[in-house]
Amino acid sequence: MGVKVIIPTPLRQFAGKRESVDLEANTVAEALGSLTSQFGELKKHLYSDDGRLRSFVNVYVNDEDIRYLQKEKTTLQQGDTISIVPSIAGGTE
Amino acid sequence: MLRVGEALIEKIHEHGARDYPNECCGALLGNDEGANRTVLGLVPLVNQRNDSPRNRFSITADDVRLAEKEASAKGWELIGWYHSHPDSPARPSEFDREHAWPWYSYIIFQVEKGEPREMRSWRLDDDRVKYQEEGIEFISSVPR
Repeated sequence: MGVKVIIPTPLRQFAGKRESVDLEANTVAEALGSLTSQFGELKKHLYSDDGRLRSFVNVYVNDEDIRYLQKEKTTLQQGDTISIVPSIAGGTE
Repeated sequence: MLRVGEALIEKIHEHGARDYPNECCGALLGNDEGANRTVLGLVPLVNQRNDSPRNRFSITADDVRLAEKEASAKGWELIGWYHSHPDSPARPSEFDREHAWPWYSYIIFQVEKGEPREMRSWRLDDDRVKYQEEGIEFISSVPR
C-alpha cells in the first residue's frame, strides 16, 4: 500500500529535511521500519533501546491513535496518512 | 540564542507562580531562523500529571496538535516548551532528557517558594546524550 508519513518538525533534520515521506507498507510497523531503515538517524528518537516505541511517541493513522486500533500491527490502506506526534513530559529529579 | 520579549517572560512567570507548588507547562510559538529563534506567543497548557504534579508535568499529544495548529494559523512554528521546577534548579533532569527531542527549545525556570527565579533554555543534542544551554536574550519588544 502506498502511504504517506508526516515527519514532525523536530525530526525533519534526520529525514533529509522532508516534511513527509511516501512509502509502501501494509502495517504501521512496516511503515515505521521502512522509514527508519531509509533514515537511520530517526530510529533513536522514535524507539528506546529495547526496540519499543518511546512512551512519549504517539502514532496516528488518519487522525486515529493506533493505541485504539491494533497498535503497530494496525493495517494500512492505500493513501493512508501516518502522523507522529510527541506528548511532552518532564519534571524535577 | 532564544529571544523572548519581557511581556512573554512575565506571562511565563505568572503561570509558574499561579500553579506553584505544582509544575506549570506551555508551548512556545515563534520563528526559527537557524541559529536564532524568537518567541512570539505562548500557549499556556494544563499539566496533566494529576498523580505527581509537584515534580512531573505532562502535555498530551492532543494539546501538542492544538499548539501546532495555533502556531500554523499565525504563520509561526511550534519551537519549544516551557515548564517550571518548583523549588528546584532551572536545569533539565534525567527524566526531562528521556522525554525530549532535539530541535525544540526547552525553557525551564525555578519557582522558589512561589516566587519565579532563574530561567534558562536548553536543547537536546542530536545523540540524545546531553543538553546544551541555549542563551536567552530578553528583549523589551518583539520585532514583527
